[in-house]
Amino acid sequence: MKHIAIGILGAGALGLMASAASATTLDDVKAKGFLQCGTNTGLAGFAAPDDKGEWKGIDVDFCRAVAAAVFGDGTKVKFTPLSAKERFTALQSGEVDILSRNTTWTINRDTALGLNFVGVTYYDGQGFMINAKKLPGVNSALQLSGAAVCVQSGTTTELNLADYFKANKMEYNPVVFEKLEEVNAAYDAGRCDVYTTDQSGLYGIRLTLSSPADHVVLPEIISKEPLGPAVRQGDDQWYHIVKWTYFALLQAEELGITQANVEEMKTSDNPEIKRVLGQEAETKIGTDLGVSNDWVVNIVKAVGNYGEMFERNVGTGSPLKIARGINALWTKGGLQYAPPIR
Amino acid sequence: MQEHDTAWVRTEMALAQQAPAGVRGPIAWVRKNLVGSVGDVILTVLGIALVVMILPPIINWAFIDAVWTGPDRSVCATIAQGGTQPDGWSGACWAFVNAKFGQFMFGRYPIEERWRPILVAILFVALLVPLLIPRVPRKGLNAILLFLVLPIVAFVLLVGGMFGLPHVETQLWGGLLVTLSLAFVGIAVSLPFGIVLALGRRSKMPIVKMLCVIFIEFVRGIPLITVLFFASVMLPLFLPPGVSFDKFLRALIGFSLFAAAYMAEVVRGGLQAIPKGQYEGADSLGLGYWQKMNLIVLPQALKLVIPGIVNTFIGMLKDTSLVIIISMFDLLGVVKQNFSDPNWATPQTTKSGLIFAAFVFWLLCYGMSRYSMYTERRLDTGHKR
Amino acid sequence: MASQEVLREEPSRGSFINDPKVRGYVFQVVVVILLVAGVWWVVDNVIENLQRLHISSGFGYLKSRAGFDISVSAIPYTSDSTYGRAILVGLINTLIVAVAGIITATIIGFIVGIGRLSRNWLIRKICMVYVEIFRNIPPLLVIFFWYSGVLAVLPVVRESIGLPFGSFLNQRGFYLPRAIWGDGSWLIFVALLVGIAMAWFVARTARQRQMATGQQFPVFWTSLALIVGLPVLAYALSGFPLTFDFPKQSTFNLTGGFHIGPEFLSLYLALSCYTASFIAEIVRAGILGVSKGQSEAAGALGLRPGSILRLVVVPQAMRIVIPPLTSQYLNLTKNSSLAIAIAYPDLTATAGTVLNQTGQAVENVLIMMLVYLIISLLTSAVMNVVNARMALVER
Repeated sequence: MKHIAIGILGAGALGLMASAASATTLDDVKAKGFLQCGTNTGLAGFAAPDDKGEWKGIDVDFCRAVAAAVFGDGTKVKFTPLSAKERFTALQSGEVDILSRNTTWTINRDTALGLNFVGVTYYDGQGFMINAKKLPGVNSALQLSGAAVCVQSGTTTELNLADYFKANKMEYNPVVFEKLEEVNAAYDAGRCDVYTTDQSGLYGIRLTLSSPADHVVLPEIISKEPLGPAVRQGDDQWYHIVKWTYFALLQAEELGITQANVEEMKTSDNPEIKRVLGQEAETKIGTDLGVSNDWVVNIVKAVGNYGEMFERNVGTGSPLKIARGINALWTKGGLQYAPPIR
Repeated sequence: MQEHDTAWVRTEMALAQQAPAGVRGPIAWVRKNLVGSVGDVILTVLGIALVVMILPPIINWAFIDAVWTGPDRSVCATIAQGGTQPDGWSGACWAFVNAKFGQFMFGRYPIEERWRPILVAILFVALLVPLLIPRVPRKGLNAILLFLVLPIVAFVLLVGGMFGLPHVETQLWGGLLVTLSLAFVGIAVSLPFGIVLALGRRSKMPIVKMLCVIFIEFVRGIPLITVLFFASVMLPLFLPPGVSFDKFLRALIGFSLFAAAYMAEVVRGGLQAIPKGQYEGADSLGLGYWQKMNLIVLPQALKLVIPGIVNTFIGMLKDTSLVIIISMFDLLGVVKQNFSDPNWATPQTTKSGLIFAAFVFWLLCYGMSRYSMYTERRLDTGHKR
Repeated sequence: MASQEVLREEPSRGSFINDPKVRGYVFQVVVVILLVAGVWWVVDNVIENLQRLHISSGFGYLKSRAGFDISVSAIPYTSDSTYGRAILVGLINTLIVAVAGIITATIIGFIVGIGRLSRNWLIRKICMVYVEIFRNIPPLLVIFFWYSGVLAVLPVVRESIGLPFGSFLNQRGFYLPRAIWGDGSWLIFVALLVGIAMAWFVARTARQRQMATGQQFPVFWTSLALIVGLPVLAYALSGFPLTFDFPKQSTFNLTGGFHIGPEFLSLYLALSCYTASFIAEIVRAGILGVSKGQSEAAGALGLRPGSILRLVVVPQAMRIVIPPLTSQYLNLTKNSSLAIAIAYPDLTATAGTVLNQTGQAVENVLIMMLVYLIISLLTSAVMNVVNARMALVER
């Protein structure tokens, strides 16, 4: 009997245990041959599997971009869907190499949780959604006193919600669920009057409700929610690769480099484009970072530039139809700004 | 001796007569079982009322008004809900179960690879059935095949990555596949581990005994959910940096340890029921500890506690549904996940899906408990009064 | 004699290695070394991981501001309260649902268990179907069934089902009028306490008198009169201070009154139904375990069937019933942690939220485990006392 146990455990351990105690995350990822990316379990526009089980969204595209930078191949990435509760431990313990799961950047997460946020891939803010058909006449969040509010537990959303209602001296009844799908189901079933989460999320969730047209997102934004990918502390090289992948996406958009024209752009006369795409003679930008010199070409080939990524997943090219707004480039009045690649 | 005239004494037995009409036949049965007294009459009327109130609506809902096939939610929704059914219609939406059946069984296991779990299931049944039928010979070989060879074959087949089989990540596993593999591994690991713990708890070595007591009582004092939390959020921090376990394996470990503690208590009950003479007899024959346990004590003790062991198995099978809380998708998890599919979301979908899952669990658990009762009767060699 | 002495004195002929005692010591030493090494390895890893990843540790966070709200709380709690208090709120919620569930499960379980032994065929079958259905379905599924299958499809707030006494039922739960105690209502509680004390005294005196003289005294009715009558009298004397706050329709919800959420209801109903099926089997086994001679003997002494059940069968059956009943109570308490699957803020759910907000997984999971362990140990201790008292009846 004991042999059975040992046999099973042994067989299981051999196959399923991923032992990789190498020095840096980059070596680790290269040795594995793929990037392990922690994403949401299913939020339209950010990370959700489509009908064929293919992951789609701005967060998963970012991971593909990192994979492209490292391997020159955007498909060498595996996704681990994580709940809000698991996400930090998964990153801390090394189960995932990068956490790209619409996670809000806060000081507490940078300091007490031991994370390093690389930037803000999506500037968001928390909003409210109500069923306008059931609640005619409600057009401001300030009219919500006494409402039952559906919210996901363990998020900054939950804390902002408490602060907002307290600051405005309103009462509410929180209905708190562990998983996004459960919050969606409860709101759709009418368990609560109001759904609160990041505004982008609300637009995505509205699509999955049984009658999307009945629901409206209220105008108020009650918080800053800078969403971005995070890596573990203590590995500066990996931190830089992920951070500069993000900047490269922005830089490509700024220079007009797209998935379609990246090959022609390689022969461009513009010295900046040449530098960014690694076409300068004797360039060391990529190799200094720890990747190949044509890393930006690989990134753009895999997922396009930031603007294309945005439009495809959450913007006009997607069912969500969210306007660029503050997520536009700095040159167009937005907040997205990349330091120079030189 | 005086001769008696016994001519009037009957020399043959009188023919048995039928019992009076009042104590036989269906009328008597009704009188005895349904209307024995005033209280009985009241209870019967209440019972009939209950059955009449509950049964016809259930049959109506589940069979007569149910929708068996259909392409999407419209067949299961009323016109007001955007479907084709008349308003006020209420019936089971088996079309939903029908359409999602593959997912309920295998989760997101790639469709072109699904022959692998099916093959494992066939092998499992082919090995299990002869083991369950008492008359089939070669039980030992059968058990070895089932508990030693099958896990390895199943592992190779399901996980893949060798012999030309493409690798299938455990994240893609789901549905009944996860439920049954968790339960099977839990059973296969917890029984031997539980026996060892139970022996440890009755050991004469104080430290071993204390450790076993602490482990058993600690695990039995906490809910499985906390064990699963432990496995999913705490265990990674216990390992050296860079080493990480697959989530499925972590859940398996937590699950098996949990089950082992319960199994240990059941086995201990059996060990305690074995008369002291058996232990002493074994000692006097000069048997060592393991010989004594393996040859004399355990065979008797385990036989005594078969019902308890099977009850623990049933409990484990039911407990597999808890892995949904650490975002793994067992049968219940997959069913629940599909409720949010906008193509199928109707008020009836939820109920139908849950009832389907309940039925599958019920069938497995009820089957196990029936088989255990059968074995109990068969092995009843007179230990019990 | 001499030869025996010699035999006894003779040293063990087996080798030192085969001495079971020595082997025992060696084995234990090895176990201890392995255990210490294992624990040391784990603790070392945890410390290294926490330091390497700059995760804060320690239990200091329990005193910081929680910042989130909890929907159901028996003690005052706002988002300004501490994490420690949030966990306490969860613990109290766990206890509430566990105690309510235990009481209901016991009542249903006894009814169904006795029903399975009824002479009435129909009742026997109905009870059997109940037991076989609920015993073989995971409790989580039962919870989901109540939550999303039954309670979620109740009417919306505006179409609430009106029930007697101004209470309402809708998909947001069950709304009852809330009692508001006016001035002087303390008198009612005092009267209730006095009534209970007097009833206890009467019961004791009556028992002593029955022991001494054989005369019986209608204890039950006297006690009922005292316990109900006195508070009612006090209520009248203090000028009817009790008023009710009825739930009313407002913009979003029914406001006012006493509200029981669907989360609590479904958890409570599911745990009760599920555990009752096990208790029913235990009760049945207990009653069957009392030998038939006992009730026949009691009948021969001239006791009536009711008295036989109350005085002879039940006390003996309880001896068999209590130990497994204890483990069912423990199971129910542990199963209440399934609350996390729906949104009832029990210990697991609030501690889980705290885990999320602070990121301190090790501390929070430890707290969760220890609290459940303490609840379990306390329940076992109480039930062991009850069991010990019951066991005395056996003599």
